[in-house]
Amino acid sequence: QVSAALKEGRVTPTELCQRCLSLIKSTQFLNAYITVAEETALKQAEESEKRYRTGQPLGVLDGIPVAVKDNFNTAGIETTCASNMLKGYISPYNATVVQKLLDRGAVLLGKTNLDEFAMGSGSTDGVFGPVRNPWSYSRQYKEKSALKSQSEDEESNWVISGGSSGGSAAAVSSFTCFAALGSDTGGSTRNPAAHCGVVGLKPTYGLISRHGLIPLVNSMDVPGILTRCVDDAAVVLGSLAGHDPKDSTTIQDNFKPFELPSLTDVSKLSIGIPKEYNAPGLSSEILALWSKAADLFKDAGAKVIEVSLPHTRYSIVCYHVLCTAEVASNMARFDGLEYGHRSNMNKSTESMYAATRREGFNDVVRGRILSGNYFLLKQNYENYFIKAQKVRRLIANDFVKVFQSGVDILLTPTTLSDAAPYMEFIKEDNRTRSAQDDILTQAANMAGLPAINVPTALSERGLPIGLQFIGRSFQEKQLLSVAKWFEKQVKFPVIQLEEVKRHDHDVFQHQKSASFS
Amino acid sequence: AVVRGCGGVWCRAWRRGAGGPAPAPRGQRAVACNARGGAVPAGKSGLAPWVPVVGLEIHAQISSNSKLFSGSQVQFAAPPNSLVSFFDASLPGTLPVLNRRCVEAAVMTGLALNCSINKKSLFDRKHYFYADLPAGYQITQQRVPIAVNGSLSYSLCIDSKMSQMVPKTVRIKQIQLEQDSGKSLHDDTRSQTLVDLNRAGVGLMEVVMEPDMCCGEEAAAAVRELQLILQTLGSSQAVMAEGQLRVDANVSVHHPGEPYGVRTEVKNINSIRFLAKAVDYEIQRQIEELENGGTIQNETRAFDSKLGCTVPMRDKEGKQDYRFMPEPNLPPLILYDAKSLPANMNHQQVVNIDLIRERLPDLPSVQRAKLVERYGILPEHSFTLLNEDGLSEFFENVVKQTQMKPKKVIGWILNDLLSYLKQHSLTVKESPVSSFLLADLLNLLEKKEISSTAAKQVLAELWKGDGKTPLEIVKEKKLELIQDQKELEQICQAVIDGQENEVIMMVLG
Repeated sequence: QVSAALKEGRVTPTELCQRCLSLIKSTQFLNAYITVAEETALKQAEESEKRYRTGQPLGVLDGIPVAVKDNFNTAGIETTCASNMLKGYISPYNATVVQKLLDRGAVLLGKTNLDEFAMGSGSTDGVFGPVRNPWSYSRQYKEKSALKSQSEDEESNWVISGGSSGGSAAAVSSFTCFAALGSDTGGSTRNPAAHCGVVGLKPTYGLISRHGLIPLVNSMDVPGILTRCVDDAAVVLGSLAGHDPKDSTTIQDNFKPFELPSLTDVSKLSIGIPKEYNAPGLSSEILALWSKAADLFKDAGAKVIEVSLPHTRYSIVCYHVLCTAEVASNMARFDGLEYGHRSNMNKSTESMYAATRREGFNDVVRGRILSGNYFLLKQNYENYFIKAQKVRRLIANDFVKVFQSGVDILLTPTTLSDAAPYMEFIKEDNRTRSAQDDILTQAANMAGLPAINVPTALSERGLPIGLQFIGRSFQEKQLLSVAKWFEKQVKFPVIQLEEVKRHDHDVFQHQKSASFS
Repeated sequence: AVVRGCGGVWCRAWRRGAGGPAPAPRGQRAVACNARGGAVPAGKSGLAPWVPVVGLEIHAQISSNSKLFSGSQVQFAAPPNSLVSFFDASLPGTLPVLNRRCVEAAVMTGLALNCSINKKSLFDRKHYFYADLPAGYQITQQRVPIAVNGSLSYSLCIDSKMSQMVPKTVRIKQIQLEQDSGKSLHDDTRSQTLVDLNRAGVGLMEVVMEPDMCCGEEAAAAVRELQLILQTLGSSQAVMAEGQLRVDANVSVHHPGEPYGVRTEVKNINSIRFLAKAVDYEIQRQIEELENGGTIQNETRAFDSKLGCTVPMRDKEGKQDYRFMPEPNLPPLILYDAKSLPANMNHQQVVNIDLIRERLPDLPSVQRAKLVERYGILPEHSFTLLNEDGLSEFFENVVKQTQMKPKKVIGWILNDLLSYLKQHSLTVKESPVSSFLLADLLNLLEKKEISSTAAKQVLAELWKGDGKTPLEIVKEKKLELIQDQKELEQICQAVIDGQENEVIMMVLG
């Protein structure tokens, strides 16, 4: 829609950029952004405007304001990973995905908040403070929560955005940008997308370059895409996917961008319902919604069958070993020598390392480094790391078997429940939270499969609930087509952001429900 | 050929002067190696003999324009930190991209060392904190290296005149690709460490030799042969002085029939000569230590070339656990041969082992055999020819341009040319006398226009390098042999006339 408006000249890239910037200001309390690159964004918008004026826009993304999670390198704009270690760090290069967005004329508004080094599931554990879920300030949530607990202080009622790409999800959800990049290692894109009521796509491992993404777990990390509708996700995917000579793990074949068909007939589809995803702790309303969604497909003539992924239940413990081991390794470079924080301790090189890393990393990061190094010790390697790798293979094989049996797409919940209030969430430590919250998303990372969160309905508390579709490797087109069909059926409500409305009525009117494709 | 000496077994007896016939120490080295390499009974002293065991780990820097995983240039002695890419400095988010040239160099080397090449090899991370290792880990091939199970044949000369060459073989355990580290420069007075990352990420081949050697001389000969092979292949420049070839020696001693002793690793060996010294010193040290009732620590020792001994390296942290882990950013390295090469593959993208095998140049052993066969020279002379860079080409060029027999030419090359160059520390390329000039001179000699004494005089003039041809020098100095009977008589008469007194004395007796 916005792209058409840009083309027709109903709105200029600069106007659009300015509106987004002003919305970012008025929603600052969400803490979605760590850095707002106002100056460069406006410059990029001007460039885009010139192209539109001469009738030579670079494509659908030209002039579209986007945001990028602060663990992607951006030349000239700070890249912090929400850590003291990289506070003030300005990278000399752009991540491949960032470069690709810029090459297509997108306007980069800024860098979004996250858990430190993307380790978390709430976006509550970064040095810049927690991200607040925009739905905390929606009419929908307020009406429902007011009924229940009128006495409670409004300030303590706000709910988490999910994570670790919570800043990106909140930014898209609160209309401050049209698309955002997240990263997804165990569900870090899909989880906040579910909590913030936006589309969150984790593509197949190897489809999108990781060059420039500061790694969490190299063998599972995938740049994620957050948008307001499935079509937008397909457009962004089309501009990012494909081989990158700088990332040896990307596929060699050229990727052909596609336009999503509007499916009318799903009767030839076979939808699998993995029974293991009815996990302990799954809220009854999500369970109900899940089965309603299955019925929706059944009613439309699709084959809906229960399937089993027996090894999924080992995925959390397996992930814990593999993730911490890679974290221990990946974090070794932060020693204070070449870049980033350096402690004043100068007794010896070793004491400088130790102090730098103690000051630079939070408890979560340090904890994972310690356990990872433990698993990699010579005497533990066989018992932990090798075993975990074997289990990972079993988990991946489960999916292969199910897809070989004729199932096209798996339908599962994305999260166990709707977003928890911050005060509730922080009662548990990061490790417990991550273990619980990744349970439904993480197996797809183990297997490298594409998966997408589609916002489906509002919970009793007036908060978004999303469902997840998992597809076959490199079958993004089929996955997104089905997601789009589903999106059309469920008609997820638009967020009614009262504070924003109050603050900037015009802007809101224009941005409302706006997708760019 | 069995040679006198302890023969792979080191006796302490003679050092104590415990009687019996003891081999005299030759030069600095205490004991010689024996051609069979096996254990022989102890001397008459009755003391149990010692069998030294030497294995080598050799790091050869790959000769390549760019580094193993980045596009940065590789160059010796460039300004500090001028050849460092974002990846080399391990900036967050950067990823390794394997350099095809380095893979080919390793395959080439593997083939030349009779290894079997693994069609699928893997990369691993080896973790340790050090200032010149910016990522906190080195990418290497711990689990499945690119080449395994090879062998290196070399020759050991038994005496200093090189008249006895004994063929030897050392097994090659594996060759692995890995990254070099940067360089740390410690400024002790200001207690600072300066780091130069130019070398960080340069491709290395680590060649691991099985402990098949038994003395410094063997280790030195094996490394020298490896060096020649690498230089012939062009896979490494292998100049030890520039750090392109680094040798660590694992040394232990035991009694025959008993398991291997505890080994030490000797590092900081900067030349082949020092390698022989370091190994022999370490063997002797271990024997003395054990015979004095001591034990050998499994430790790393550094060779001090000034003192000619090994000293323990300060290693505060003791044995490290490198916490090896598969490198997740590099897919398995797949190599193809003519059979497995997929038809639709881009040939720029694949490495074909068979193609590399076809293009292998003649290895030094083959080159030597050819020299011996073609020119009828002695085998030991073929070694000398190959040992000096460019010398065999020089020799062949001279042979081509003269009528003199190669067997005679070789004498001039080795006795005159080479000793002059050595005296003046010149390389063959720097020789002031070209192969053309030398051939010219030898032709005069061959045609009997000058005597061989005169030829040496001409050569002495030629070294000055002032552009005169041999013939010009001969004319100038009147060195030609006189063919004319009358002229000769005149000269004789002139001599006699000029020395009347002496002549009278002689006539008088």
